[in-house]
Amino acid sequence: MEIFLQQVINGLTLGCVYAVVALGYTMVYGIIQLINFAHGEVVMIGAMVAFSVIGVLMKTGMPPLLVVAAGTVVAVPACMATAWLMERVAYRPLRNAPRLAPLITAIGISIILQHVAMMIWGRSPIAFPQIVKTHTFEIGGALITNVQIAIIVISFTLMGALMFLVYRTKLGVAMRATSQRQDVAGLMGIDINRVISATFVIGAALAAVAGVMIGSYYGQTQYTMGELLGLKAFCAAVLGGIGNLAGAVLGGVLMGLVEALGTGYIGDLTNNWFGSNYRDVFAFIVLILVLVFRPSGLLGERVGDRA
Amino acid sequence: MNLLELHAVEVRYGGIRAVKGVSLSVAEGEMVCLVGANGAGKTTTLKAAAGLLPAAAGAIHYAGAPIAGMKSFELVRRGMALVPEGRGVFGQLTVAENLAMGAYVRDDAAAIAADRERMLQLFPRLKERYQQSAGTLSGGEQQMLAIARALMSRPRLLLLDEPSMGLAPLIVERIFEIVADIAREGVTILLVEQNARLALETCQRAYVMESGAISLAGNARELLDNPQVREAYLGE
Repeated sequence: MEIFLQQVINGLTLGCVYAVVALGYTMVYGIIQLINFAHGEVVMIGAMVAFSVIGVLMKTGMPPLLVVAAGTVVAVPACMATAWLMERVAYRPLRNAPRLAPLITAIGISIILQHVAMMIWGRSPIAFPQIVKTHTFEIGGALITNVQIAIIVISFTLMGALMFLVYRTKLGVAMRATSQRQDVAGLMGIDINRVISATFVIGAALAAVAGVMIGSYYGQTQYTMGELLGLKAFCAAVLGGIGNLAGAVLGGVLMGLVEALGTGYIGDLTNNWFGSNYRDVFAFIVLILVLVFRPSGLLGERVGDRA
Repeated sequence: MNLLELHAVEVRYGGIRAVKGVSLSVAEGEMVCLVGANGAGKTTTLKAAAGLLPAAAGAIHYAGAPIAGMKSFELVRRGMALVPEGRGVFGQLTVAENLAMGAYVRDDAAAIAADRERMLQLFPRLKERYQQSAGTLSGGEQQMLAIARALMSRPRLLLLDEPSMGLAPLIVERIFEIVADIAREGVTILLVEQNARLALETCQRAYVMESGAISLAGNARELLDNPQVREAYLGE
């Protein structure tokens, strides 16, 4: 029972990060039906920029929490700028091109971003400074750290803020209108290009925070970290029903839980034939199973007919 | 003064000339219709005027200034609103949100709220379905929503594309009554319509379009009596 609860806590923490990243995928897909494969790299850039800022500031003797906050505050606009540029330069010219063209471009952008990061931050894993003192709390025999609590609280706050933005503000309604009928949205006086840019930039802001959170949680980062994380978050978005915000949250949390529980129990269940090194497999097994029975995802309405 | 003026406008789809040198004008405060058979180029002409399609040749002036190359969203800010063919409501948005999008270019919250109240009085059905998603509305209700939404931008020029399409005759009549009321309040209207009789009875002036060009133009009442029109468009 303690193991179960422990894995639920770990899974929830991880799932929250997946969910925050998945929202970026699903928002962009919702508005221009593009799977932005470079979104994982935006997360990586967020982690890397925060790492550099934290590295400089921690020597100044500033309070640790403030240092991490400052790292995040710099990472967010850096990621927003990256995503804005990416949309403007790579995706916008292909807005009316066949669907495969922007998809392949996205993969190309992701490779470019990885290599730019490699040139700046090197190819080896970097230890993300663990400057915030970890406190551990016990609930029902399981342990939860203040970092985990912070990740869960921040993630749900961000998700709530995004929901408010999308469902309660003028920009949010314009985003949903644009995702349904671009031509008619233009007839309302909505500048489609600005709304699409805003969508990318908002998703990137979330990705930046996710990058800092995952860096602080795992205590390391590398220029390739966006690859697997991005893939899992994308799967989480598909699992929940791509294009659907609540689906991305549900899919992300579910994926984190499945991964943590699977990793925790696989040894016992297979008599130690398989070990926790198979942790990355679970997410994809669940994805395949769900898609076999519900091709549009858990909360998705439309079947993805164009990809 | 002419609010909208098209001069020898051509619109092409690929190599095909869908509109072949159309000239027409709508004066401030006037209600003008563009009638003709299916495929005559009426909608294409309207789309060119609204900035949805580029004109390959010719000139379009709105409120005295050329508008070539301007996007539809910029024209909305200058007081032009188009109710598109097939209504184009945002199906997954509520009626309230659809109306809010109509007022997207305005920031005067108090005046927007007042206009919204007026729309709900003008179209009581929309009031009943205020928080429902627009996709659940009937065709007639969607048409009313599309018109109300366009009016929320307080247009100087309202372009209407086939408002009668796919609707029951009673509802069509009601919609035309409302459009006539809107015109009486001083909004300039250019109406594209296949239902030639209704359009000619409602408007002051009319243009008849045939395979991409204007074939007849003049006073709507006189066109109603024109034997050519009666034979070709009124089924007599």
